[in-house]
Amino acid sequence: MPDLGLEVLFKGKNMIRLLGGLGVALKISATAVLISLPVGILLGVLMTLRNPLLKAVLRLYLEFIRIMPQMVLLFLVYFGSTRAFGWDLSGETASIIVFVLWGAAEMSDLVRGALIAIPRHQYESSAALGMSRMQTYWYIIIPQTVRRLIPLSINLITRMIKTTSLVLMIGVVEVLKVSQQIIEANRTASPNAAFGIYLTVFVLYFFACWPISLLASYLEKKWK
Amino acid sequence: MKQSKITRRSFLLGLGAVSAAAVLSACGGSSASGSTAVSGTTASGSGVVYRTLDEIKAAGTINIGVFSDKNPFGYVDENGEYQGYDIYFGNRIGEDLGVEINYVSTEAANRIEYLQTGKVDVILANFTVTPERAEEVDFALPYMNVALGVISPESNVITSLDNWNAGDQMIVISGTTAETYLTKNYPDIPLQKYDSYATAKNALENGNGVAWANDNTEVIAFANQNPGYTVGIPSLGSADTIAPAVSKGNTTVLDWLNEEIRALGEENFFHKDYEATLVDTYGADYEDELVVEGGEVAGEAASEAAASSAAAQ
Repeated sequence: MPDLGLEVLFKGKNMIRLLGGLGVALKISATAVLISLPVGILLGVLMTLRNPLLKAVLRLYLEFIRIMPQMVLLFLVYFGSTRAFGWDLSGETASIIVFVLWGAAEMSDLVRGALIAIPRHQYESSAALGMSRMQTYWYIIIPQTVRRLIPLSINLITRMIKTTSLVLMIGVVEVLKVSQQIIEANRTASPNAAFGIYLTVFVLYFFACWPISLLASYLEKKWK
Repeated sequence: MKQSKITRRSFLLGLGAVSAAAVLSACGGSSASGSTAVSGTTASGSGVVYRTLDEIKAAGTINIGVFSDKNPFGYVDENGEYQGYDIYFGNRIGEDLGVEINYVSTEAANRIEYLQTGKVDVILANFTVTPERAEEVDFALPYMNVALGVISPESNVITSLDNWNAGDQMIVISGTTAETYLTKNYPDIPLQKYDSYATAKNALENGNGVAWANDNTEVIAFANQNPGYTVGIPSLGSADTIAPAVSKGNTTVLDWLNEEIRALGEENFFHKDYEATLVDTYGADYEDELVVEGGEVAGEAASEAAASSAAAQ
């Protein structure tokens, strides 16, 4: 068994610090997911409406967020808002803002895609049955859309959790930053600690994302 | 119709499960240490934002940007406390100002941005003074020297780069100042370039090159930990200095820092700092080589740079 330097984990409060870092990462991503999913669904529905102005604005927003690397967005919101408006956001707030903007944009496109994939005859049949527009959406369209959306949005949510590793660039000490701190603090005492610590980080991320995948496959099966 | 009713109920159930999971994880996250809490910055009108000395004192907290993963200069120990050469100085600054210290974890790439937006008051993150940086921020008096160093095996110690044997190769890490310096000043020395510290280290140990050029702090630390190697050239090239930096134009804090560094020189503060934080890594032999006391650098070039940045205030 190669030396993984795992003893470093049990020095002082190192393990608690790593878990605390994971907590910061999950807090940012969970808050962002909770806000961006409903907002994204709303925007996605709006994108399917036949309003050219609304469509253009939403398209512009989507493309802007999709093209910009998340790192640039983080710098823009954290430092840029101070330069431009004198706002003094904390690193965590800035991260949540960026993740909400990003999540809502991507979610809206997923919802738009799922909605336009519903065949036209579904709408027409509902109308023929005498359903109102509201009823058509609630009983016919949304249930079918949600089923298609589950795997896509799970993908987005886990991506959001993993992308929190970027927020260390704006001074938020999350799990990856804590692991770098631990590795460097023990550079001479346990030079191999990098393997053990990164392995631990891998396990932590896995257990953060795995339940979400489980929930997804459960829901997919249930709504088949 | 029955089918879709079940769907709606389980949809709400799913939403509920997701939000419950989110609430749970949000509760777990509140105990994390070291998040940035910057408060009450004021605009100076010139685009650069900073707090004056009086505003810092009134607020009762100074925000100091440091490295949190550069042992032994600025790092976090196993109890979550900031430690290192820069921190030892930072703690003293807080003590002498009579304010609490909020250490902010910065990266090499965002140090200037932190000062320009006033999100920290002082950067103490092993910040090397360069003319390009001095246009963006104001450097105070230096408190440490950095230069390049060359390490070689004890069996064949390289003490000079002149009369280089063309068959010998010099190990460097790509993108470092060592590579730039050697390419420019010693174009005849064949360089063997590696991407990382670990691969360069292996190359030296395997004898792929006769010597390794890197920051002198790095090679000195290496020689200390690995018997059989000697730093034949401990100080090569332009001597640079490490100094605290403040936002451009923040004269009250800059003046106070310069005054503080001069005053600390009288009690040999940075030598004590070295003995407390760096001696384990670099040994006692290099103390005078690395420490700058009272802001006075032995080399002319470096003190000129410090003087010009002080004059630029």
